[in-house]
Amino acid sequence: MTRLENASVSIQDLSLNFGAISVLETLNIDVAEGEFIVLLGPSGCGKSTLLNCIAGLLDVSDGRIFIKGKNVTWEEPKNRGIGMVFQSYALYPQMTVEKNLSFGLRVAGIAKDEIAKRIARAAEILQIEPLLQRKPSALSGGQRQRVAIGRALVRDVDVFLFDEPLSNLDAKLRAELRVEIKLLHSKLQNTMIYVTHDQIEAMTLADRIAVMKGGVIQQLDAPQTIYNRPVNRFVAGFLGSPAMNFLDGRLEKNDGNWHFVAEDVRIPLATYAFEKEPVPGAAVFGIRPEHVAFNSGSGWPFTATANVVVVEPMGSDTLVWLKLGNQNFTVRVTSERTPNNADTVSIGFDPMRASLFDAATGARL
Amino acid sequence: MSDLAVSLPAGTDSIGFEASGPRGPKPRHVFSRRNIFLYGTLIVVALYYLLPLYVMVVTSLKGMPEIRLGNIFSPPLEITFEPWVKAWSSACTGLNCDGLSRGFWNSVRITVPSVILSIAIASVNGYALANWRFKGADTFFVILIVGAFIPYQVMIYPIVIILREIGLYGSLSGLVIVHSIFGMPILTLLFRNYFSSMPDELFRAARVDGAGFWGIYFRIMLPMSLPIFVVAIILQVTGIWNDFLFGVVYTRPDTYPMTVQLNNIVNSVQGVKEYNVNMAATILTGLVPLVVYFVSGKLFVRGIAAGAVKG
Repeated sequence: MTRLENASVSIQDLSLNFGAISVLETLNIDVAEGEFIVLLGPSGCGKSTLLNCIAGLLDVSDGRIFIKGKNVTWEEPKNRGIGMVFQSYALYPQMTVEKNLSFGLRVAGIAKDEIAKRIARAAEILQIEPLLQRKPSALSGGQRQRVAIGRALVRDVDVFLFDEPLSNLDAKLRAELRVEIKLLHSKLQNTMIYVTHDQIEAMTLADRIAVMKGGVIQQLDAPQTIYNRPVNRFVAGFLGSPAMNFLDGRLEKNDGNWHFVAEDVRIPLATYAFEKEPVPGAAVFGIRPEHVAFNSGSGWPFTATANVVVVEPMGSDTLVWLKLGNQNFTVRVTSERTPNNADTVSIGFDPMRASLFDAATGARL
Repeated sequence: MSDLAVSLPAGTDSIGFEASGPRGPKPRHVFSRRNIFLYGTLIVVALYYLLPLYVMVVTSLKGMPEIRLGNIFSPPLEITFEPWVKAWSSACTGLNCDGLSRGFWNSVRITVPSVILSIAIASVNGYALANWRFKGADTFFVILIVGAFIPYQVMIYPIVIILREIGLYGSLSGLVIVHSIFGMPILTLLFRNYFSSMPDELFRAARVDGAGFWGIYFRIMLPMSLPIFVVAIILQVTGIWNDFLFGVVYTRPDTYPMTVQLNNIVNSVQGVKEYNVNMAATILTGLVPLVVYFVSGKLFVRGIAAGAVKG
């Protein structure tokens, strides 16, 4: 992995073991100044653990952590120049909002007028001025999380760490605060590292997403790249809702042209950009439900007819489950064109937008 | 409505059908079998436990001639507070004839420092075990818990020797130390479980905010754990006040706690058995735990639940 010159956060060969269990394995990641990085992965993938290591709340087994060019591997959390926002808000219940915000500053022995100034600024940015004298128990979930962000804000730090900050909120509030966090980032231009298992949050917020699994970063790239060109089958399946279609089959070469063959389904791959020169053998063909055209003529490199099995209307659009050959296949259709059960429909797509994976290793072909 | 009427079987009047059926909460009768059984049991059990207390109070208010009549359940014909005064200030135990008052103040001087010392140490123990997972924390905890299962009798004589060697045998401070040590396993368990149940993120947030071991303990944890402190105080006050064994072993007659003195009054073999004085002395001795239970009933139950062992 290439090293950034002036990385805001740089993690080098980081490993963490709990006894015999390896949680993180020689992990490397560089975060640029002002960048918004999202660590995305299923529960237990080590993303929160990585964040706690960066924060200094967990001792690492090996490797180094640099923040602003300073080796902070052995530093206490308070000396790392970080602010952290937790999933459960972690507000001190016996203190008012104002005391919550100022706690860290009072511990650090900062002058009173400076504390007041910083609280006023944070309260203004987050629009929590009317709440300053309330106790956390008198706040709603969204307000609590705003205060928690404020607590990181007043510390005047270089790096913000978010540990699933929106997971405890309902769907509507989550969408609102997501936008607010994005606005906050564009206003402050701080480096932010954000842990989530929610792919929408990852896609909307991130400059770059690091998809993690089993303590290893699978892919670190811009959201669009990860979405369109996933490096392996895990990344492809984890991102996207509804999930990508996967067809099991074989890669074959006929008359100088590569084809993907799954029983009677035969997909020409003339437009597919291979990572490297392919070899014949077992493979998995993946295509997103929104990249499949539905009942729209025969102008596609691949067309087929299939039977509708189930129709799932979702309001804005409808998910149609088909049997292609004998494998499940979903297509995303606008609500107006919803077919009926057991209809026979035609589909078509361009393999240019598909992804091919090695059946054994799951790596992109 | 009309759709519903159509779907009803022929011959059913839809309006009458709706009006006569059950609606709203099911009526409950005060003298149902369930209530009679429940409250009957409660009343019987309450009487069973209150009767001895009633006998004690009644007897303590009678003069000796009246007691000799033998009607222990009858209320006093002539109420006298003489036995109470005697029990408090002039009943004889051994050579001293200044009543229970001496033992009362001894017990206060034992209980107050023991409670403060044991809770102060145990709460820090529990906090360290729950939040600062130092190396060997689990081993330490297991050793501490095993301590709770070792019978007192095994340790009595070794502690006598230890106290003698450090020159505290027979003094109140020696007994205070003994009480603090023996309260440690259960109190540490209590505090550890309570602090473990607090959200871990709160602790981590405080660390990011720069608070250290004592900063988090005093500024974050203490203000949040008032209930468990009240519970620990109740447990310790009643436990130490009611202690007899350590009191009789580790103190001298002039530093005997109230319980030991009570025993000496009640079990004295010389002279007439003054039942009224004995009853008054017993109630006086039991008054402190009794008041503590009454004032804090709800919290005490909560504390017993909180003391349950958790991972």
